[in-house]
Order: sequence, then C-alpha cells, then structure tokens
Amino acid sequence: MAIEKQKLMLMLRRMWLIRHFEETVIKVYTSGEFGGAAHPYIGEEAVAVGACVALRDSDYIAGNHRSHGHPIAKGGDVKKAMAEIYGRRDGYCKGKGGSMHLADFSIGILGESGIVASSVPVATGAALAAKLQKKDFVSAVFFGDGASNQGACHEAMNLGSVWKLPVIFICENNQYAVTTPYKSTVSSEHIADRAQAYNMPGVLVDGQDAIAMYEATTEAVKRARAGRGPTLIEALTYRFEEHSLGLGRIRRSEYRTAEEVTDWRKRDPIVIHEKKLLETKTATQAEIDAIKAETGKEVDAALEFARQSPFPEAAELYEDMWADKAMPIP
Amino acid sequence: MQALNQAIAEEMRRDQKVFLMGEDVRASVYGAAANLSKEFGPDRVIDTPLSENGFFGAAIGASAVGMRPIVETLTSFMWVGMDQLVSQAAKMRYMFGGQVNLPVVFRCVMYYGGGSAAHHSDRSYPVYMNIGGLKVAVPATPRDAKGLLKTAIRDEDPVLFFEDGTLLGTRGDVPENSEVPGGDLLVPFGKAAVHRQGTDCTIVAIAGALPHAMAAAAELEAEGVSVEVVDPRTLVPLDKTTILESVAKTGRCVVVDPASKVCSAASEIMSIVAEEGFWSLQAPMIKVASKQVHVPYTPVLEKLMYPTKDDIKAAIKKTME
Repeated sequence: MAIEKQKLMLMLRRMWLIRHFEETVIKVYTSGEFGGAAHPYIGEEAVAVGACVALRDSDYIAGNHRSHGHPIAKGGDVKKAMAEIYGRRDGYCKGKGGSMHLADFSIGILGESGIVASSVPVATGAALAAKLQKKDFVSAVFFGDGASNQGACHEAMNLGSVWKLPVIFICENNQYAVTTPYKSTVSSEHIADRAQAYNMPGVLVDGQDAIAMYEATTEAVKRARAGRGPTLIEALTYRFEEHSLGLGRIRRSEYRTAEEVTDWRKRDPIVIHEKKLLETKTATQAEIDAIKAETGKEVDAALEFARQSPFPEAAELYEDMWADKAMPIP
Repeated sequence: MQALNQAIAEEMRRDQKVFLMGEDVRASVYGAAANLSKEFGPDRVIDTPLSENGFFGAAIGASAVGMRPIVETLTSFMWVGMDQLVSQAAKMRYMFGGQVNLPVVFRCVMYYGGGSAAHHSDRSYPVYMNIGGLKVAVPATPRDAKGLLKTAIRDEDPVLFFEDGTLLGTRGDVPENSEVPGGDLLVPFGKAAVHRQGTDCTIVAIAGALPHAMAAAAELEAEGVSVEVVDPRTLVPLDKTTILESVAKTGRCVVVDPASKVCSAASEIMSIVAEEGFWSLQAPMIKVASKQVHVPYTPVLEKLMYPTKDDIKAAIKKTME
C-alpha cells in the first residue's frame, strides 16, 4: 500500500505530540502540580495514530481511561487537553472530566470512558446512527486487553455484526490489565480470535508499527463504509510506563521483569517509524528533527496555556448537568 | 396502552430521527408498539438481541450523533444495562463539560402485582432519582402518559419514562390533537397535577398509587375528611412548589409510593416537606410504600406488600388524630 508522504509525516507528528505531551504530564505530575490519576500512553502511540490517520475528520472515535493519546491522534488540541488535565476552565470539558475523560465532539471524539469497555457500545451506537441516516461515516473504538473480557465489549461486537454496522473495534493489547497478564485472563490465544465468534474479520497487527496500523484500519474502514460490517483489530503493543501515575506511589510486588520492559522499549514506535521514513528516503533527518522540535514547542505552549488558564468559578459546579437550562439542581 | 402507542406514532411521523428499539418491538409483545412496524418499517422499529448493556449503549451513542432513540425495556432488565444508564447516559453531558446532548428515551415498563416474582416486578425509579442526569417521568393517567411521552421524546436530555403495569389497562379521556391548543398534547415536565382538591390532608401519590389514593379520598369524603390528591407526574424534575402549597393548605401529608420504602421517591418528597414545609405541618407525615422485601410469587403474600386504599385511609386517619 503506497501511502502519501503527507500522511506518513502526519503520523510522525502526532506520535511526537503524544510523546512530548505524556512526558510533560509525567514531569508536572511528579512535581505535584495536580493530582488524581493519569495513564501514560507512551509506547502505544502507533496504535491510535496509525488508526486515526486512516479515518476522516467526519468519522467518530471513542476510547478509555488511557485517554490522552486517542484525541491527539484524531487531531485534538493539545492546549485544551493539557488545560483539562490541569482542571481549568479552558480544558476540553471545562475541568469536569480530567485526564480520563478527554472529548472533542466537534472533531468526532465521543469521549473517553473511565469504565473500561463502557464506550464500546456507545461507539457502536454512533455507527448505528450512520446506518439509519444513510451516511458514510464510521466509528472506531479503542479498548484494552482487560476490557476485552467485559460483557459490554462482546455485546457491542455482536450488535455491530448482526446489524452490519460501520464500526471498528481496536483492542490495544498492551499485555497487562493493570498488573494481570492477558494470557491469564483471555481464553483464546489471541484476542483477535474472538472475532470468529461474531462472524467478522479478526486481525492481529504489530501495534508498534504505525504504518501497519494504518493499513489494517484502512481495510477495516473500506469494509465498514461498504456496508459489510465491523472488524476487530488486535494491536500488540506495550505500555512503557506504569499503569497510572497515581499508582506509582503504592508499594506492590513486581509483575513484569526489567528485561521485558527493556526489550519492548527497543521497539519504540517512533524509532520504528523514523527508521522507515529514512530507509525509504521519504524524509530526511532534518525533516524528522524539525517535527520533533516543533511538536515539543507545541506541547510547551500547551503547558503554559494550561497553567495560565483560570480555574472554573464555584457557580460552574452546577452547569452542564442538563441541556434543559430550566432544570433545578437540588 | 393506546395513549402510549399514539404518542410514539405521532412523534415518529413528525420527526424522522425518532426510532424505536427493544426486544420484540416489531411483534409488540407488550402492546405499546402495536402496528408501528407496519407503518414505519424495520429500520425505525428495531428488534434487538437480548443484550441490554449493548443496545442501551447503542441508543445512547446514536443519540449523541443526531438520532432520537426510544428504547423499550422492562424495569427489571435495566439492571443488566445499568453501566450504560449510569456511566454514560447520566454522566456523559456533565463529565464532558456540556459538549453533548443525549435525547434518548427509555420506556421502562413496570410489571408488578401479577405474580411475576422478584425478577420481573421492579419499581426502580427512586434509584435513578439518586443518580442525577436522568429525567424521571411516572405518568398515572392515559392523558399524562401520552402527553409526557411526547414531551420526553422532544426533550434534549435522557429520560427514563416509567410505565406502571398496573395502570396499563386504565381507561381515560385522551383529547384528540385537534382539541389541544397548538395541535399537540404535550404535558410539561416538572408540573404536578392536583387530581382532587381538599383541605384536611394532602396525599402525594406516585404512578400506580394514584387510583388507590383517589379511592381512599372518595371514601373519606363520605366520612367528612377532605383530602387533596397530588400526582407529581415527573420525579426529576419534581414540582415541589405544588406539593408544598398543598401541604401549607392542609397541614397534613401522606406520601404513597409503590416503590420499596427505604430511600424511595416518598422519602425524598417527605424530606423536602420536612425541610421547607415543616411549620405548615400539624401532624407527622406518613409514608405508605411497599414493604422492604422482595416481591414474592404467591398472590397471598404479594398482595400484602404494596400500598392499598385501606393503608392510605388508615394513614390519613392517623394524621387526623
């Protein structure tokens, strides 16, 4: 599959944006600027970026608690994302969602769900709307290996298939549900194998390779837009950091070896992508360096924006519960 | 039942975005969807798998991107789809800073009192009052069933519309649209109905409690006690003004609720009256609600658990002592 340079460079740009964003979040979190949970996407960037670059702006996505990567991959605004994590008024959700619930409905991001697998039926519903409205948008939903065991996930896959909906199920198999390895919780060898039960293609993809993700998603989108129903993509990937920044402070026994982490870090999705760009002479080192530097500055500006943004006023506690402005808040 | 059917059909004719989904809706096993599949076709009357967590979520997702789904379900099956009702329908708007409206209606049929036992007899509306983010309608007359359902379908917020199975055979006047100003029977949310005026005691009667309350009031009138009957019609929003005004007039208050007694809708209404209407009260309020047990199968026991006309009369007399 020949992919135009503009798309290949967009993948690199968005992966770097996520990487800088997450490194910044870790830095400021560690310094105690805000609390709560934050789940870094470092190591998994190629999954969301490869998939989202294969989508149109008019397509929808939904995701989960590891929430920063998906919206940035879809073209979200890092300023609003950072301000949200800072709990500020200029954040995506005006400070009401925080790290686990970024959303931007204006560019098709239906929101990230803190309850794993809970957004899978919702994304399937967006695909139902496409079918009922006879429109050709598709809906893609990201969930983890842990979420793949939730009933919601299976119910949504069954619905998507029996109704031939334009939905793409993307399982980010980062090997562990917090600390529990998927091999001990998933009954089939691969999560992709479960697609057979729902009469849809199940595709196993190298989640460290943005181009492979792009290609697999492009196939799934083609099938979805043609009215042939959903696809399950299992992206094999790895979370380079701990499950959640907040959890790092809790003492616990080791669940993965240092060697394993080191081995996976050698398969850094950004390094893999840059190497391909250089080997195929798609881009020069100078172009790559420029993207890295530009995205770094973008995230620096986002951090500054977030720090400057005001906190919400007390009265805003009562806003946004209802579309109906006349609703009393007891 | 016909009133509900009319409301759905009229709204589906009016707005192409409205569609109905649920288990066995094409065949209309519960009655309210009769003939809809014939008129609107299989794309707008959708039979779902037995998969509440899946299709509740699908309805919510469809509503987030421009559709107006009506979901038909039984209250007892809502537990299966609870994550979607609570984590998504109730919370999405607030959690995402008001970015999205979810104009979805869940028609929640409450069958109880007919020997269906514990798994098919829930009166669960108080649970959803506690959650927030979900409007809760509890119509008690055919006219209100139609008018409130039409309002619910046009509402931009998620609505849980509880249909009391003990009332589904109720007969009552439902005006033709041509007889209604504006040509549409729309009953607003948050406006209680005073079904009977009185001066001695207020009964607030919820859903299927209304006919028992009316019967009790009629019998007490013969005994010289003047009872006012208020039907809140919606619990979220709740018309506390009408309730408080009535209690201010009568000085006594009995709240009748077919739901289980603890943390019921009655509990909330009584707490409001205690906080905001205390100085009007001449006697302690009394709650007449279902006993705090699960619904037993045998009719001999089941009939003992719900509020009856006699329970209501006894409660009123007690407030008059």
